[in-house]
Amino acid sequence: MDLILVNLIDGLVTGLLLFMLSAGLTLIFSMMGVLNFAHASFYMLGAYFGYQISQYMGFWMALLFAPIIVGIFGAGVERYGLRRVHQHGHVAELIFTFGLALLIEEAVQFFWGKSQVPFMVPEALDFALFSISGNAIPAYKVFMIFIAIGIFAGLLYVLTKTRIGMIIQAALSFPRTVEALGHNVPLIFMCVFGVGTALAAVAGVIAGPVLGTFPGMAFVLGSIVFVTIVIGGLGSLWGALFASLLIGWMTTFAASYNVGLADILTAIGISKPADMANSPWRDFWQITLSQIGPILPYLLMVLTLIFRPHGLFRKGGL
Amino acid sequence: MNKTKKSVLSALTALMLSTTASAADTIKIAFIDPLSGPFAATGENAFHLFQYAVDAVVNDQGGVLDGDTFEIVGLDNKISATETLIHLQTAIDDGVRYIVQGQSSGVAAALIDAINKHNRRNPDQQVLFLNYAAVDPALTNDACSFWHFSFDANSDLKMDALTDVIADSPELTSAYLINQDYSFGRAVAASATSMLADKRPDITIAGDEVHPIGQVKDFTPYARKIVSSGADFVITGAWGADMYGLGTSLIANGFTGPIYTYYAAASGITAGFGEAGKGSLFIIAEGQTNPPASDEAEQYVAGFKEAFPGENFTLARTSNVIRMLAAAINEAGTATDVVAVANALEGLEIENPFGGTLYMRPDNHQVIQDVHVMAHTDEGVTNSLDGSPYGLLVSDSIVAAGRDSATTCEMDRP
Repeated sequence: MDLILVNLIDGLVTGLLLFMLSAGLTLIFSMMGVLNFAHASFYMLGAYFGYQISQYMGFWMALLFAPIIVGIFGAGVERYGLRRVHQHGHVAELIFTFGLALLIEEAVQFFWGKSQVPFMVPEALDFALFSISGNAIPAYKVFMIFIAIGIFAGLLYVLTKTRIGMIIQAALSFPRTVEALGHNVPLIFMCVFGVGTALAAVAGVIAGPVLGTFPGMAFVLGSIVFVTIVIGGLGSLWGALFASLLIGWMTTFAASYNVGLADILTAIGISKPADMANSPWRDFWQITLSQIGPILPYLLMVLTLIFRPHGLFRKGGL
Repeated sequence: MNKTKKSVLSALTALMLSTTASAADTIKIAFIDPLSGPFAATGENAFHLFQYAVDAVVNDQGGVLDGDTFEIVGLDNKISATETLIHLQTAIDDGVRYIVQGQSSGVAAALIDAINKHNRRNPDQQVLFLNYAAVDPALTNDACSFWHFSFDANSDLKMDALTDVIADSPELTSAYLINQDYSFGRAVAASATSMLADKRPDITIAGDEVHPIGQVKDFTPYARKIVSSGADFVITGAWGADMYGLGTSLIANGFTGPIYTYYAAASGITAGFGEAGKGSLFIIAEGQTNPPASDEAEQYVAGFKEAFPGENFTLARTSNVIRMLAAAINEAGTATDVVAVANALEGLEIENPFGGTLYMRPDNHQVIQDVHVMAHTDEGVTNSLDGSPYGLLVSDSIVAAGRDSATTCEMDRP
């Protein structure tokens, strides 16, 4: 029982981190209609800026300023890059973001080198807050949970309860009509892109000390973020939350239990091959859940695409 | 007019021929490893180490044979086997006779296969493969090749040395093995299990698991599992981001026992572990840098740091590759007849400034050298890593590891 609680907390942290990344991406998708390949790169930029600022002004200032800087940079990318490319169609936008991702990765290596940089958890949070049957829960993880929940609550509030949120929702669904009503839709799009990338940067500043800050970090997380929004439904914020938490819990629980595929299959009723050493199915029977845990989300994505292609939640359901 | 033209032409030709005859040749060596992408840090570091070795060991010492110099060319394979084979062909077309590679046993296996075929079909354009880091034991056993030479102790030899050290530690009774799910990771797990059973049958294996390589974002569930299993020590062959994540997770989740690794150093990993790794992190590797094994070694390291400021001195064996190649070329008397060079290289035994001797076993082309268990610490460290006060201090040494170890290699000799 206790281990389940520990895994719930661990999975929650992973899931919420994924959510911070995928929320921005899914919002940007509903705005642009194209996936932003550079989204994980903004996450990486957030981590690196966070590291650099924390060297001079401490972690808390980094948490405040790094997302702002990245958000402004993101807004600039939208205003001066994407907007020009938009008239040439979706493929052009995709290639632009792809190129941007490569550019950011090289720029990061140019300024900070190719190795990992020592971005550490701040000392104020570097202790175990409480333990559950011997498993320590670091205070930093609890902090991560609260920040992510706070961001989600704030986002939800702004989007559903404020006037600007209403306008943004409308602009994401019917931009022409909203423009006709006199609102500055290009400005709204620029702000949405900026906020989306700022969200990714917050995730970067928070995850950098835990997952390591190195030039490959965008590449490592990039694929799982796309999987998350495909499963959750492109353009849906609740979908992003749901899918992120699902993936977070799925990978954590899978890694914790060494349940073998052999146990599952024999439980269903399929009998083990008598001569294991020479059986062609040998490797298949020896797979354990913890071995394939990290690739289960991809399996889920394939199943989602087969049975429910638009994802678990529809776009427009916020 | 024709007569003058003819005589001018013949004079010019004679001049050209005579100048080319007296010029010293450059012996080209191709370095095919990742120089961009997620593995660029280690690839570039190794490339710089080779560039320095080529200058310090050969070119600045007067070269080989008649003053011929080595030239090392870097080709970026982005750790992909297909790119490597393309680069191999480009290099061969460019007159390269010596290929150096090491990052990824998968790529090394593909290279061995390609070079076997190429050398068989093109006996006038043969190349040698000098492998400085790919340590899948199969490369010097079942998949061995006359054209391939391995300069790093393979993972079985390292495990043999490591288990010797563990066997002498009676307080260690329960092991946890965790590795990346590919050929090398599985080889580490298999050799650990069998060698521990052999030397210390009382040690229980509390867990033996694998995880997809480069896919795990958060090692916390694995770390919790390891801590709750009650294991005394951990053995892992993980490298890169996986090693960093696993190690920091283990230490953060309260694992206090020794963590024996193959690759937990440099590339930001040493700085990242810092104080937390002291007393628990160990690495099994060749190349003694702390304390310096000799004055020559100390000067070599100092020279490298001067030539490449800010870079880590990590792979002493890069100098071994160049040193042994130069000795073999000098002994064979030729750099273009690679069969002669290969015959000179196998069985070669020379002094290693980084401690001990280097001996190239003729039966499987595996270099036999001293292997050390090193501790991550800041005490007694003159050669530190990542610009941090921490580095690797030798705590145990196995002399000439694997000299008489068994091999299943059956080489087809030309």
